Amino acid sequence: MMDGISHIPFDVDAIRADFPILATEHRGKPLVFLDSGASAQKPRQVIQAMVSCMESAYANVHRGAYHLSEQATADYEGARAAVAAFINAPSEADIIITASSTMAMNLVAHSFGRGVLKPGQAVVISEMEHHANIVPWQMLRDAHGTELRICRITDAGELDLDHLSELLADGRVGLVAVTHMSNVLGTVTPAARIARMAHEAGARVLFDGSQAAVHRRVDVQAIDADFYAFTGHKLYGPTGIGVLYAKADVQRLMPPFLGGGDMIASVGLHHSTWAEPPQKFEAGTPPIIEATGLHAAIRYVEAIGMSAIEAHERALVDHAMAVLPGIEGLSILGAAHDRGGVFAFALDNAHSHDLSTLLDRAGIAVRAGRHCAEPLHERLGAENGTCRASFGLYTTMAEIDYLAEALTSARRFFA
Amino acid sequence: MFDDLRDLYQEVILDHGRRPRNFRRLENATHHARGDNPLCGDKMDLWLAFDDAGDIADAAFQGRGCAISMASASLMTETVRGKSPAQARQMGEAFRALAMTGHCPHCEAALADDMERLTPLSGVHEFPSRVKCATLAWHTLNNALESSGEEARSE
Repeated sequence: MMDGISHIPFDVDAIRADFPILATEHRGKPLVFLDSGASAQKPRQVIQAMVSCMESAYANVHRGAYHLSEQATADYEGARAAVAAFINAPSEADIIITASSTMAMNLVAHSFGRGVLKPGQAVVISEMEHHANIVPWQMLRDAHGTELRICRITDAGELDLDHLSELLADGRVGLVAVTHMSNVLGTVTPAARIARMAHEAGARVLFDGSQAAVHRRVDVQAIDADFYAFTGHKLYGPTGIGVLYAKADVQRLMPPFLGGGDMIASVGLHHSTWAEPPQKFEAGTPPIIEATGLHAAIRYVEAIGMSAIEAHERALVDHAMAVLPGIEGLSILGAAHDRGGVFAFALDNAHSHDLSTLLDRAGIAVRAGRHCAEPLHERLGAENGTCRASFGLYTTMAEIDYLAEALTSARRFFA
Repeated sequence: MFDDLRDLYQEVILDHGRRPRNFRRLENATHHARGDNPLCGDKMDLWLAFDDAGDIADAAFQGRGCAISMASASLMTETVRGKSPAQARQMGEAFRALAMTGHCPHCEAALADDMERLTPLSGVHEFPSRVKCATLAWHTLNNALESSGEEARSE
């Protein structure tokens, strides 16, 4: 638990009252927002923190020698410290602020990939990655001559660790880059075990924590991650800010990513020298207002408690898995032993886009299509896409029952 | 629960979506195009055969997609038969207007009967994210008429 934050008991009605948008209606129906995995809604505390930053504490950071800029710098660095504590990073210097998790993973692909990995070394990803953890490694392969290896998943939607072991066996893998929680199947991967396997084979390990960091307590030291990426907007914070945790020893090996102000020690017309990490990786004016929003979001979830959030979502998933399989014609993708509050489903007589149009009419927002995970849908034989429901800390049991009712009606509609 | 969606999913659409007409490969086709909507994964192949007068003698398609895109392609293959390429293009223009606005102000009398067959799809105009499902077949038709061999993209 972070200093100065007192726990509040988990009360979903009280939590919902913090989110203004949950009181709105859409298409004449109360909003049932089951798309938090794409982007979560924002509590008043985050909204107010950002407004307050702009109204009374805003200036550029790391530049001005005046009081307002010093205050803004302290707030921005305070957010970095809060992020470090949130994932139990050893030091604030291990936290690189980016624009998104996509940018965080691209930073690793460019800087670590081109600067540290050698052509001929391999990067391992899995079949259940988000496009943001596939495409940068394809681009790295094409530009730098690294090999791209794909770790299989099982039919249950879990990482095939025997296959990972085979892929690591020749000792040529330089990086294992896999999800910590699938954005489609909800599968939580055994991060500590994956990291141990990677390290024993001489590889570094990156986790795409975009989903996991929202649903679970993440401890980067306990899992021994070299890199860990997540984003603000799925964690009830603003868009435009992401986080890359990178171990200090690996940061020192990495050349800068983007060039510009704030990442330099000194600049000449022909040569420049770099600032110390993490500033070395943060070119240009950073997301200052967004950092105050992310800080507020972390305070918000810490006050509720990540373990309470995890327990709430576990109960929601258990309820959904008890209720939904009883609906005729409904199939749920994957059957992982350890899954978070995200799952994809399909009706036998309705295409995912038709189904999402119906659910939308009932006020239910779900994602339809292939959820930025096209290869995974092909692997699971779901080329027509799926609908995905994803839970947040404000999701209720009643919303799941309502989803079940709507799915039953939808199947009748297309019969 | 979804009665008000019967405007969008009229019986004719559900019927053509479930049992698309002319859903086959056209062996004697002279023109072909592949349509692809990368956002949702809808894909279709469209084949055309022409008669001696240069009119569309036959049209057939295969593919996968939502009820709207399948129904739209099915109805299109029925309505363009016997039309000249110019008439087919004109119908495509009129259909795009219908899908986007719900109205077909420039539907000329000569096409009125055929356009009426397509009006069950006009309901998509209320669903901006679904308009492209309905128009994919017609984009693909334009490409097939040019037989550029390129994929049509419904955007």
